[in-house]
Formats: sequence, C-alpha cells, structure tokens
Amino acid sequence: MEIERHEYDVVVIGAGGAGLRAAIEARQQGKRTAIICKSLFGKAHTVMAEGGAAAAMGNVNSDDNWMVHFRDTMRGGKFLNNWRMAELHAKEAPDRVWELEAWGALFDRTKDGKISQRNFGGHEYPRLAHVGDRTGLEMIRTLQQRVVALQQEDERRHGDAEAYIKVFAECTVTRLLKDGDAVSGAFGYWRENGRFVLFDAPAVVLATGGIGKSYVVTSNSWEYTGDGHALALLAGAKLINMEFIQFHPTGMVWPPSVRGILVTESVRGDGGVLKNSEGRRFMFDYIPEVFKDKYATTEEEADRWYTDQAGNRRPPELLPRDEVARAINSEVKAGRGSPQGGVFLDVSSRLPAAEITRRLPSMYHQFKELADVDITKEPMQVGPTCHYIMGGVEVDADTGAASVPGLFAAGEVSGGMHGSNRLGGNSLSDLLVFGRRAGAGAAAYVDGLRARPKVAEDAVEAAKAEALAPLERSGENPYVVHQELQRTMNELVGIIRRSEEITEALEAVGKLKERAEHVGATGSRIYNPGWHLSLDLRNMLLVSECVAKAALLREESRGGHTRDDFPGMSPEWRRRLLSCALGPDGSVTVEEEVQPSMRGDLIRLFERDELKKYMTDEELADFDALVKE
Amino acid sequence: MSYKAKFRVWRGEGGEGRLEDFTVEVNDGEVVLDIIHRLQATQAPDLAVRWNCKAGKCGSCSMEINGKPRLGCMTRMSTFAEDETITVTPMRAFPVIKDLVTDVSFNYQKAREIPSFTPPSDVKPGEYRMQQIDVERSQEFRKCIECFMCNNVCHVIRDHEENKPAFAGPRFLMRIAELDMHPYDVADRKDAAQEEHGLGYCNITKCCTEVCPEHIKITDNALIPMKERVVDRRYDPLVWLGNKIFRRSDAKR
Repeated sequence: MEIERHEYDVVVIGAGGAGLRAAIEARQQGKRTAIICKSLFGKAHTVMAEGGAAAAMGNVNSDDNWMVHFRDTMRGGKFLNNWRMAELHAKEAPDRVWELEAWGALFDRTKDGKISQRNFGGHEYPRLAHVGDRTGLEMIRTLQQRVVALQQEDERRHGDAEAYIKVFAECTVTRLLKDGDAVSGAFGYWRENGRFVLFDAPAVVLATGGIGKSYVVTSNSWEYTGDGHALALLAGAKLINMEFIQFHPTGMVWPPSVRGILVTESVRGDGGVLKNSEGRRFMFDYIPEVFKDKYATTEEEADRWYTDQAGNRRPPELLPRDEVARAINSEVKAGRGSPQGGVFLDVSSRLPAAEITRRLPSMYHQFKELADVDITKEPMQVGPTCHYIMGGVEVDADTGAASVPGLFAAGEVSGGMHGSNRLGGNSLSDLLVFGRRAGAGAAAYVDGLRARPKVAEDAVEAAKAEALAPLERSGENPYVVHQELQRTMNELVGIIRRSEEITEALEAVGKLKERAEHVGATGSRIYNPGWHLSLDLRNMLLVSECVAKAALLREESRGGHTRDDFPGMSPEWRRRLLSCALGPDGSVTVEEEVQPSMRGDLIRLFERDELKKYMTDEELADFDALVKE
Repeated sequence: MSYKAKFRVWRGEGGEGRLEDFTVEVNDGEVVLDIIHRLQATQAPDLAVRWNCKAGKCGSCSMEINGKPRLGCMTRMSTFAEDETITVTPMRAFPVIKDLVTDVSFNYQKAREIPSFTPPSDVKPGEYRMQQIDVERSQEFRKCIECFMCNNVCHVIRDHEENKPAFAGPRFLMRIAELDMHPYDVADRKDAAQEEHGLGYCNITKCCTEVCPEHIKITDNALIPMKERVVDRRYDPLVWLGNKIFRRSDAKR
C-alpha cells in the first residue's frame, strides 16, 4: 500500500497549548506548518488546566514584576531550574497572555476592567490570569480559534484554507526520521483507518505533553503516554530531570473510577483549607525550613492574609505542591486520613455557597456529578495524584532546540524550566512562552538550511514494520501489560522512593519491556484502541525506565523526587543534572551534567540568607565576590 | 459492591453494524465510560470509543445511552437499575467511523465558516478594558467543551442530512452570538447568522439546551437573543443604529 506523503517546513507534534502556539508562530513566520494531534482538534490535555496562567502583569498587586516571578519560580523548583528559561518565562508571560486577549480570550476581570489575577501556591502575589476554574479550556479554544483565523486569512489570500497551516487530527506519530544527524520527517498512522502517513519536514517541534499514563493514579488523559519523550530518545536526543515528577496534592480519591482526577489548587487559593480526621489544619506542621519566614504559623494570621497580604504571611496550604503532597501522604500514613484514604479539603465553611459556585463552577459540578458531594455543604476528600513531569527533552532556552538538529520541544515534554518542582500556573504560561519560542526557533532553523534533509526509505520501511507488528502476531493482551506497568510505577517509583523499591521497579520494567515486544492486537486497522495501546507501550516503558534510573541515582530529596533513604536536600546534588539517553542496545543510560551557574544579575536578585539554604560554600564564595565587585 | 450489568453496544464499521450483547462487571461509583473501558480490556480490545479527560472537560466521549445523548464519563451507573439493559450507540447525526466513534468533521467545517473575532484595529494587546458583567454573557458560551451533542440532537439536522450545508447547528450559532456579544468585536454578524448559517431554521425547541453537559442556556441566552438582534436589524433601522452606537461607545469606555 502506498504511504500518504506530505511535505512541510515545520511539523508540530501535539496540539495542546505549546503545540498550537508553536504552530501559530511558525505559520506567522511564513512557514508551511502541520499540526499533528493524537485526538480531535481542541481536546488536548491543556483543557484540563483549571487554575490559570501565571504572568506578572501586576493587575491586582502592582508590586508584582518579572523579578518576583522569577524568584518564585526558582524557589518552587528548589533552584534546580534552567535559570535562563525561568528568566525568559517570567519576562515574556504577560505579553503572551495579552496576546491571547487580542485573539478573543475572555479572562475574568478586575474592577478597573483589566485581567483579574488569583493567588496560587508559591506565588508571592496574585498572579494567575484565569477564567473561573476552566482556564485551560479558554486557552485551548483561543489558540484553536486563532489557527482557524489564520486559515481563513489563507483562504482569502491563496484560495486554500490549509495552504499554510493544516491540522491532522487523530493522527499518531510513531517514529522521527533522520538524514544523518538531522531530522528529516516523521512517520505515523491515522487512527480512523490505520493507514500510514509520512511527513517530510526539516523541522519537528515536539509538544506532546507528559507521561502520567505510566501511573495508576493520575490526573492525565489517555494521550499522556510519553510519546514525545520517547520519540526524542529514539532520535538521539537527551532527556534531563526525569526523576522529578509532580504529584498534585489534591486529586479526587473517590469513587475509585475517578481516583486521581484533579481538584484545582484554586480551591486553596480562594480560601479552602486542608484538615485531617482530627479536624486539625495540619499544614502548619509541615512548613519546611527553607520556607519558614514566608508562611503563617497561626490560623489567625493565615486567615488575615486573604484580605491583607502586605501585613501577613501566606497560609501553609499554599506551599509549593511537592510540600503539600508529601504532607498529605504523611497524614494518611499516620492514620489521620479521611474514610476514603485521603484528607479533607474544605471550602464550604470558608466561603458562601454562591461564591463557591461562581469561583469554582467546574469543581462544584465535578463533585456533584461524579461523587454526589456538594462542596458548598461538605468537605471534599483528596489525595496526591501523578500530575506533571518536570523532566523532558533538554533544549536550548531561547530557541527550544534539542541536541538533534531540526528537533525542537516545548511545554511539558521539554525539561529544565521548572527545575525539581513546577509551581501551579507556570505551566500554562510556559506553554505560551516556549511554544512561541520553539515555533520561531524551528522557522529560523529552516531558513538557515542549505539543503533539505531527505527521508531515508529504509527507515520508513522499518517504521512500517514496527507499527504493523502487534497486528501480525497473536500475543499477550496489551491492556494487561499496561496495567502492570502502572501498578509498578505507582507503587515503587511514586511519591516516596527508596533504593530497593526502585531497583525492583527497574527489574519489573525490564521484564515488561520484553513482554511488550510480544503483545498482540486483535481486529482490523480501523480505529483499533488495542493496537494503538500496543504501540504506546514502547513509549511508556522507555519513559518509565528513564524515571526509575534517574530516581535511583539521585541520592537526595528535592521537589518532585523524595528519597526515604536520602531525606535531605544536598547542595552538591543541586549542581548536577541527570541526563538520559538511549544506548545502542535499546536500554537507557544516565549521565551527570553540570548545572551552569546563574548569571550574575539574576543571582543578585536573591538574598545570601536564602541562597545558603541551597548552595555549596564554593558557590557562596563566588556570590560574595560578585556582590563585592 | 459489584454486579454484572447487561450492555448492548453498537459495533460495526464501513456503514454496517449491529448491537452486540455483553455481560460485564460494574463496581461502586463507576460511570458508563468505565464499563466501555472494561469491555475493551477484557472482552473487546478493538472496541472503538473516543475519550480523553474522563472528567467532563474535553467533550470527547459523546455517545447515546439508552437513546439519549450523554457524555460517557459523566453518566453514572448508579442512575440505572441493576437489571436494566444499557444500550450504547454512537451519535446519530454524524456518520459512524467504527463502533462508538463518529466522523464529526461537519463541526470543524462549520467552525471555519464563521468569521473570527474581529477587534478594532487601534486596540493593542494589553490595552483591553472590559467589565466582568460585560464579558459574562460570552463567557457562558465559551464554557462549551465542543462535545457536539447539541448539534447531534438538533432535529434540523438529526434526521435531515439535506439541511447540513445551510445550518451551522446550535454550537456554531452560539459561537456567532458569543462573538456578537463580545465587547470588542466589531464585525457585523447579524445578516450572515440568518442568511448563511441558518439561524432561521431554529424553532427553539430547546433540545440543545437540555443535552448540554455544561448547562449552557443555549436557546435562551444565545439563540433567542441572536434572533432578536436579527429581527431588530431587519425591521427597525432606528433601533439598530442606536444599538450599534451605544454598544461601540460602551466598549471604548
């Protein structure tokens, strides 16, 4: 059968916030751009984002600016962040949010008609542009509609709406193709009919999101099978920070079928409190040393903060997510959990019912319809859920370029920006800032090419054979292998980790890898989920191997990586990044890289007292010398 | 607490199909989509169904459950009797690709036919000033998760394929209303709503409102006000002129 072929300048894999923003940028720079999405257009996981997009516009508190946002981001990531990314992000986020407004987004407003901003964990000032608790939907729809607007423009100009930007919906990429070192295209299949499709393109932007489907309890949707992470590895790129996985502190715990579904942090930002079975606001017991002077120590002070932020410190419920998730985990383990195995999150006693349904409409419906709980009358029960991977493709901060020429990455699939832990609200702004940069980076790369890389036909044949294999053999049910992987990762490389368990997980993943090579899919090539899962397994297993191997090596606890056997945070380890690559035998290798020192003008945004909690004596000496100059 | 439920699920591809019977385990708190997933994992690995978020936010798992358009992820099994046979079929207004998956490209086609948001040329990003009360009307419509169940249920096209070219369906008539009510949109959308997108076909039976999982009052808040705007424009030039002038000056303030 002939393979369907398309020629583009830039192929963007993924149609969430980062992918769409990248594609819009590439098209605006005159590049012929393809958007490939695994689902229907407009359904990507970005729609699940609830709280908002962090951008220091200073609409609610005029003291806010990019430097405060930068500091908060570095603190949230425990200073492991790629500081250049954190800088660009803090500086450019406001422009990216305002741009959405000019494309038709309707954010909630302040009294003077500006974009309203809400409080969120780890952010010093109200900073999140939002629309109730459905900000992600607003973003994806706005970007989707911007793509349509560009298509309408092309229709008027060229008589063909899809001349410069086309969406390939329900299409999955299984391999990137290369010419020598450089990217030359992508190979995939249509879900609808199982036919193969080849994209001949010199630049590929990965924007495939995360890896949550390797875990049982996750807030992530089915698409989050680590496709971009795996495609990058297979193409020779490196993944950094893979040991850092964010367990969002508040996922639903009941009923079992919805376990893991997100309960937005806005509940806490808007006044909700966490309590254990004894009715105690336990977060006061979990304020870590590094944050001692920034958080309230009494309920009275914490409650005053909602109305007077200048004179009071923040409630500890708004600590960064890693801290809150660990605290909940400890309370449950200590036997002070709720009947259904979580803790209580109560907003009913804190806000009037009408205010709750206005500010948190989706949460109200979610609990009412899925759990029969009226959150205006009773507390929710919540517990940690696998939410976000900080690790991903190692990229150049300014252009999103990976080490493989022609390969770019943006959003959750890229690594570095969030360090060891992402602050809530920094994801939606990350998508916009680095989506745009990756789109521009890809366009500039294409402009600078002397010759177009060629697609190697033998690689296409190999990709075809790989994709067809599960259909051609009768083997184990892929769902069984998937469920075992999820259980393994959840139980052995979850929120709290220890050496023996990670080693056990690695052995299990190794065996599952073998089994995955023999799974069989029954049925035809037409919209066959069993076949699709068989192909996704390769990606989930590779990513799980990266997570486990990096987690075993990092002998400290920091952000989204907590080692029971190494509970402290180590300044030595802060300077080391773990970088995963694919070895010739198909297994993952991990190497250490040195974290570059922060630029002088950026490090001087911090006080020495704070830096000394994170840095080595040698780094502090450098800092002192810098300040003296 | 678990029991065995009787399911009848539409299976088929290429224009042919039939209802297939299954007996399948159901546990406490589960929704219809969970049961479909259990069928995939245990009895029918190639059973096709669309889904993403499983939390009523993405609008992918639209299907007809006992003849009613519903989101599979938001339909709890506890709303059925244990001995009831639950029949699950694909959305009827769109061609079936396979099993529960339909070809919804009609909707994306219509989306592209509606002129996009058109702000005044002299307002720069960051300069937009709008009051909450003025954005709330359009915000209600922007809650739409594009499950396309309103278009699926609308009798104008549900059983009348021939009306599809001339009718955008509730989803996209609501999109026109959303843009028309946007404080900064300056495009004239009223004539086109009537003449190109088929607003006149709607005879306000409110079926769309009834199936909307986001509880958007599509008929009352979008379609009827849009009809009124069209009527005002067509029959009363003075009202039209007044509306236009005051609306513009409102936006600038």
